[in-house]
Amino acid sequence: MSTPLLRVQDAVVRYHQKGQPPVTAVRGVSLDVHPGEIVGIVGESGCGKSSLARAMVGLNPVASGTIEFLGKPVSKLPIRRRTASMIPLQMVFQDPYSSLNPRRRIEDQIAEVVRGSRKAQRQPVPSATDLRAIVVDALVRVGLDPDLGARFPHALSGGQRQRVAIAKVLAVESRVIIADEPISALDASSQKRVAALLRDLVVETGIGMAIISHDLAVVASIADTTAVMRAGQFVEQGPTEQVWTAPTHPYTGQLLSAVPDLVRRAS
Amino acid sequence: MSLLEVDDLTIRRSDGRALVDGVGFTVEAGEVVGVVGESGSGKTLTGLSIIGLVPEGLSVSGRISLAGRDLLTQSQREWQQTRGARVAMVLQDPASSLHPMLRLGEQLTDHLRTHLGLSAKAARARAVDLLDRVHLPDPERILRRFPHELSGGMKQRVAIAIALGCEPSLLIADEPTTALDANIRIEIVKLLDELRTSTGMGIVFVTHDLAVLSSIADRVNVFRHGEIVEAASAAEIFARPTHPYTIELLDAVPRVPWQIGHVAATPEGGAA
Amino acid sequence: MTGTDVADVKRPSRRTRTRRVPTWMRRPGVVLGFVILLAWAVIMLVPALIPYDPLETVGPALTPPDGQYLMGTDALGRDNLSRVLAGASTSVLNGLAIVVLAATVGTLIGLVAGFFGGWVDEVCMRLADLVFAFPGIILAMAVAAALGPSIRNAVIAAAISWWPGYARAVRSIVLSLRESEFVLSNRLSGVGPIRSIAVDLLPAVTGSVLVLAMLDIGGAILFLAGLSFLGLGAVPPDPEWGSMISGAIQYFDQWWLAVGPGVAIVSVVLAFNLIGDALRDRLEPRLQEIQGEAR
Repeated sequence: MSTPLLRVQDAVVRYHQKGQPPVTAVRGVSLDVHPGEIVGIVGESGCGKSSLARAMVGLNPVASGTIEFLGKPVSKLPIRRRTASMIPLQMVFQDPYSSLNPRRRIEDQIAEVVRGSRKAQRQPVPSATDLRAIVVDALVRVGLDPDLGARFPHALSGGQRQRVAIAKVLAVESRVIIADEPISALDASSQKRVAALLRDLVVETGIGMAIISHDLAVVASIADTTAVMRAGQFVEQGPTEQVWTAPTHPYTGQLLSAVPDLVRRAS
Repeated sequence: MSLLEVDDLTIRRSDGRALVDGVGFTVEAGEVVGVVGESGSGKTLTGLSIIGLVPEGLSVSGRISLAGRDLLTQSQREWQQTRGARVAMVLQDPASSLHPMLRLGEQLTDHLRTHLGLSAKAARARAVDLLDRVHLPDPERILRRFPHELSGGMKQRVAIAIALGCEPSLLIADEPTTALDANIRIEIVKLLDELRTSTGMGIVFVTHDLAVLSSIADRVNVFRHGEIVEAASAAEIFARPTHPYTIELLDAVPRVPWQIGHVAATPEGGAA
Repeated sequence: MTGTDVADVKRPSRRTRTRRVPTWMRRPGVVLGFVILLAWAVIMLVPALIPYDPLETVGPALTPPDGQYLMGTDALGRDNLSRVLAGASTSVLNGLAIVVLAATVGTLIGLVAGFFGGWVDEVCMRLADLVFAFPGIILAMAVAAALGPSIRNAVIAAAISWWPGYARAVRSIVLSLRESEFVLSNRLSGVGPIRSIAVDLLPAVTGSVLVLAMLDIGGAILFLAGLSFLGLGAVPPDPEWGSMISGAIQYFDQWWLAVGPGVAIVSVVLAFNLIGDALRDRLEPRLQEIQGEAR
């Protein structure tokens, strides 16, 4: 077993709101993300999975426990430039409508993150021509027509926008991608295509991925290991097939029984 | 005569482009008819036209008749009596279909008193009864609550209760489960299934998710670019689809090849 | 809710849209506003339109409006109409200067305060509170008195009392957008704070700032007129609407001396307000569309 790219150990995440007692969203959770592997985290709304996802990428601090990326503790996103060593740890967000700047062309937004990541890592910024080539390459890799680069986000469908979001994280040469409900906001047909895209990318490039979702079936189709989350903890964790065929926790059983008939019929 | 007959329904934009083009289907009493398609297929507009809520600027032609009465030629006043009473609608996002600042009791009874002319006391009693029918525990307490205090699934049950209020003969459900967590969806679908059997109302179930339809639909109409490309019984659609687009949609349903296991009687310390 | 279908229908291509005048500009109020501003622009650009030299005595003092002097003459026999027309440059352009200065300073402070938060935010907002606490005219008077009466100092004084409004509006927009996903995703990729403000946040505030500015220009012109009225702005004999009105107080029976510049001020303020109102109506639904696009 290769060394994990991302290692979470007994992570606890708390929220503090003024005048309210702190809320513990994540109560001690551990997982590893290995290269070329997809880890699925499944749970209902409010189970803490999004808090965990954000902590994994550095948007939330951990109250206790550790989250390490390539051996270094994941630091919270500062107001200044993000630390260079954290740049290959990236996130794809849920809402395709708010994850892109509505006022800028697609190609400019992809170019922006490439420039930003190079500067943050003190690497030379590519020339305009090279930048254009990188943008085109990124769009092609996610299955989009490069001509779409000249358009604005509102001209693209939800599925296309999500692909652009994925193109952005690819363009900065991510090693680990945390995908927080990346397909929930899409049509069923787009869901499968984007999920397949994620799977293909992981297999081809050796990126590690953690995918968070409320939909067990969708996660099952691409995740190698699955963790079932409830009230801030993992109640079940293991190879996806095992979680489906031999669940141990009643809650997992509940989730499984809610899977529609059509999904259960083996192809 | 069917409960609902939609015949040659066409909805055009101001520039002439047809968003719904010559659509026709029927719904019998007690039947669930699925309307499935991607965004932009015209499925939502079709649902909206049956309840008379097509956005301004679009022109609607064709015939929609409910229990023999033509809806498209109704006046606004007649629509007010039809909408919510003879045809009701449940929308996708329960959080935005419920008024955030009013208690649920008020939202339920308001509706009942307007359409049925009930007294406050009678309306409240009926509201409790409705919440009971959608299997919400402790209805009296729920009446005093605000929407944000309920989970997504519970809110959707309240929305269904409101829709049931005047015993509509037809229910339009526009993506009723899409905004809910995957494990709650089946419960709402089961609820709708139970309700159509007990009340005999017909349901037009609009969705992009074929998997959800597989649990409830009797017949399915597949929409694409404003047209119906395939219409058949649910059994036919799921077992022997003929149109390539239907096959494409079916293909998009995640298939899990494993046999779902059952939880061991005593979990071996499963909690992490 | 009105349809994932409808919302997802692609808009017509840009080519067919740019030829036509935007709808918001076709409202009668906006057309009137533009006509008024165009008229004043022509007057400011074509000095030949001004019938007489505004600084020279051309006729008997205090004559009422007649065929020769359409707005009468003032106490020194200068043509009132010419003075009103000549005063346009001073009043309108300086009014614009106040707004541009205040908007620029206010926007920058609002961006910085909103984005960085913490003590930077505290300092900026307390500074804004301090300025807000003083009635605008009093503050401007103090500044103008300290720097000496002149148009330029009046503009600076006015801008100083005006910037907090912009700062607060901009800061509030930045706060609402700071944690949005497109901003975060850029910052996660290593985009620095200055660049983030420039490409993600600044474009989001320009619309609102523009609307505020348009609606403020009228107020700024009035403000400047007020300062000049008090003797802290334009210095005689320069024609400036405010000081003209001030001078007309002693000549109450000679109504034309005050009405001339008064009508001029009203027309410009009205024009900017009409356009600004329409611009805001145009922007509001788009703002909601952009900030919270629902399916």
